[in-house]
Amino acid sequence: MKILVCMKQVPQKDAPLKLNETGAWIREDVSYEVNEPDAYALEEALRQKEQHSGEVVVITSGPARAQQVLREALAKGADRAIHLEDNAFVGLDAFNTAKAFAAAIKDEKFDLIFTGLQSDDYGYAQTGVVLAELLGWPHATIIMQIEKKESGIRVKRELEAGYFQFVDMPLPAVLTIQSGINKLRYATLIGIKNAKNKPLRKVAIAEVKSAIGENLQKIERLYIPQKTKKTEHIEGLPAEIAKKLVDKLRNELRVL
Amino acid sequence: MPDTILVVIEQREGTLNRVSWETISAGQAIAAATRWTLEAAVVGAKVAELASEVAAKKVAKAYAVESPKLEPYTPDAFVAALKQFITAKQPKLVLMPHTYQVRDFVPKLATAMGRTVISDCIGFKHESGKLVFTRQMFQGKFSADVSFASEAPWFATFQNGAFRGDKAEAGASAAPVEPVSVEIADNLVRNKPQEVFKEAKQAVDLTQAEIIVSVGRGIKEQKNIELAKQLADALGGDLAASRPICDSGWLPMDRQIGSSGQTVAPKLYLALGISGAIQHIVGMKGSRTIIAVNKDPEAPIFEIADYAIVGNLFDIVPPLIEEVKKAKAGG
Ligand SMILES: Cc1cc2nc3c(=O)[nH]c(=O)nc-3n(C[C@H](O)[C@H](O)[C@H](O)COP(=O)(O)OP(=O)(O)OC[C@H]3O[C@@H](n4cnc5c(N)ncnc54)[C@H](O)[C@@H]3O)c2cc1C
Ligand SMILES: Nc1ncnc2c1ncn2[C@@H]1O[C@H](COP(=O)(O)O)[C@@H](O)[C@H]1O
Repeated sequence: MKILVCMKQVPQKDAPLKLNETGAWIREDVSYEVNEPDAYALEEALRQKEQHSGEVVVITSGPARAQQVLREALAKGADRAIHLEDNAFVGLDAFNTAKAFAAAIKDEKFDLIFTGLQSDDYGYAQTGVVLAELLGWPHATIIMQIEKKESGIRVKRELEAGYFQFVDMPLPAVLTIQSGINKLRYATLIGIKNAKNKPLRKVAIAEVKSAIGENLQKIERLYIPQKTKKTEHIEGLPAEIAKKLVDKLRNELRVL
Repeated sequence: MPDTILVVIEQREGTLNRVSWETISAGQAIAAATRWTLEAAVVGAKVAELASEVAAKKVAKAYAVESPKLEPYTPDAFVAALKQFITAKQPKLVLMPHTYQVRDFVPKLATAMGRTVISDCIGFKHESGKLVFTRQMFQGKFSADVSFASEAPWFATFQNGAFRGDKAEAGASAAPVEPVSVEIADNLVRNKPQEVFKEAKQAVDLTQAEIIVSVGRGIKEQKNIELAKQLADALGGDLAASRPICDSGWLPMDRQIGSSGQTVAPKLYLALGISGAIQHIVGMKGSRTIIAVNKDPEAPIFEIADYAIVGNLFDIVPPLIEEVKKAKAGG
């Protein structure tokens, strides 16, 4: 099976974020990491390849720094990488990001495309499904298991409130992967060494420019959410905090 | 023709998903602000009865959009049906709840129509004639006001809990119900869904717990879970976790709190190193008292906490265990 995995670089989960001058985006001088479900998507692709042979290709769009996620993926076992490299890709909506991906892979023939189920920064929860529609492929979302069948695949979808559902579908297809579908591997030293010689194709924005258009939605402004609940801060040295808290637990909340 | 807002109601096998009332409520609020007309549609194999139920609310009209091919749900059939219906009716704004099912088909629907979805919104603003939608970004650390930069129909989905379903206004009299049958070609539906099922019964039931100590990724390593366990034991409570902790196998899945785990409402919920993503919050926001320990003063969990402790949990928890033990011993 030939599998493409879309992997996005996002600000690290506990990076302190600040607004930039435009007020519509963050200052980008923070640490980054791979979007969590995308790491699971890569792991799943590697496992599928180990079982059924084939090829795993990873793709990202973003500035030069985003190459890091591709390097890590290559070190873990991906065969090659595609980098749509330009700062402008950061500001695209899901529709245009998917259009850029579709344009960049138009000469390839994948059996499966994996994306994460949503990104930590935008949180659109859309890019994979939009890409499927642009390619004319079937899709399934929030996937927790993938099994190759005679004709196509059987996937397990996570539904709300602890429910699941198996879905049989033909290939090629797009799947959006949920965190926890598998256990992640670490890159090995030899993997990191080998990654240096694996192909990484760069795609300039000019190459996909004709495929993408104006964003269909626009962020007017970004701001810290207003608090709705009255929160009491408990401050002091750890020992004082512990005393104050136990006092509350006992005398106000009456749970001790 | 006046501009209309169309709310698409979610149902499964003839039962309405209650979150749909929240979307009706959202639609009524937007209709009041914009003076647009509000209509609703139920989509499925046999949904006339549900459409009548919806028609009792304050809406101008309810549609029963039907085809036998709409049961069971598949994205191909739903997109075909809604595309036909929306193309014919030309609503300006289409609203849906941000459920797993809607997430599964609405980006495809919008794309098929050359449009976009502003997803997972928590509110809207109508500012000098312009409609903007508020949604969370960066895992709840920021809110964004987002506008449409494309032609109608505009699509937006609302997060569970963003509007009050019980505030959906009833109509003075029942609105008319219009049946609409849609054509779905025979070979169009590619996915074959099987029965919906629940995994084997959970071993741990946290719904009855009075005190829950819940750990998030701030706990850093599997071996540190023991620290939280000691606090839970000292308090006589149960141990629970955010999803990443269960994904990593540090605690079993049946201790997960949130949209894909258990929903709890204990007297006390103590969140240790949990950021407060919406998917976690929906599972515990009904707790009577929420205490959060997090080293990041901007962590979204503090927005719903009654008591906030900004600090390193590894500094706070050990003395807390000692104090609790002392108090319990009658000190
Ligand atoms: C469809 C879907 C369903 C989901 N279902 C669920 C669900 O059911 N339950 C769930 O929990 N999540 C769920 N998630 C995941 C959710 O979006 C978040 O990713 C997750 O809740 C984050 O877990 P966390 O807070 O433990 O980790 P993080 O977001 O990484 O937060 C860790 C926090 O710990 C703090 N911290 C770090 N070190 C320390 C320290 N030493 N002392 C104090 N604080 C510290 C950090 O400041 C940070 O705020 C779901 C996501 C999706 C898309
Ligand atoms: N710039 C990007 N580079 C690589 N993958 C992306 C990018 N944007 C979105 N994706 C993929 O699409 C998924 C869903 O993102 P979103 O639609 O933004 O929630 C992510 O988990 C990624 O797999």
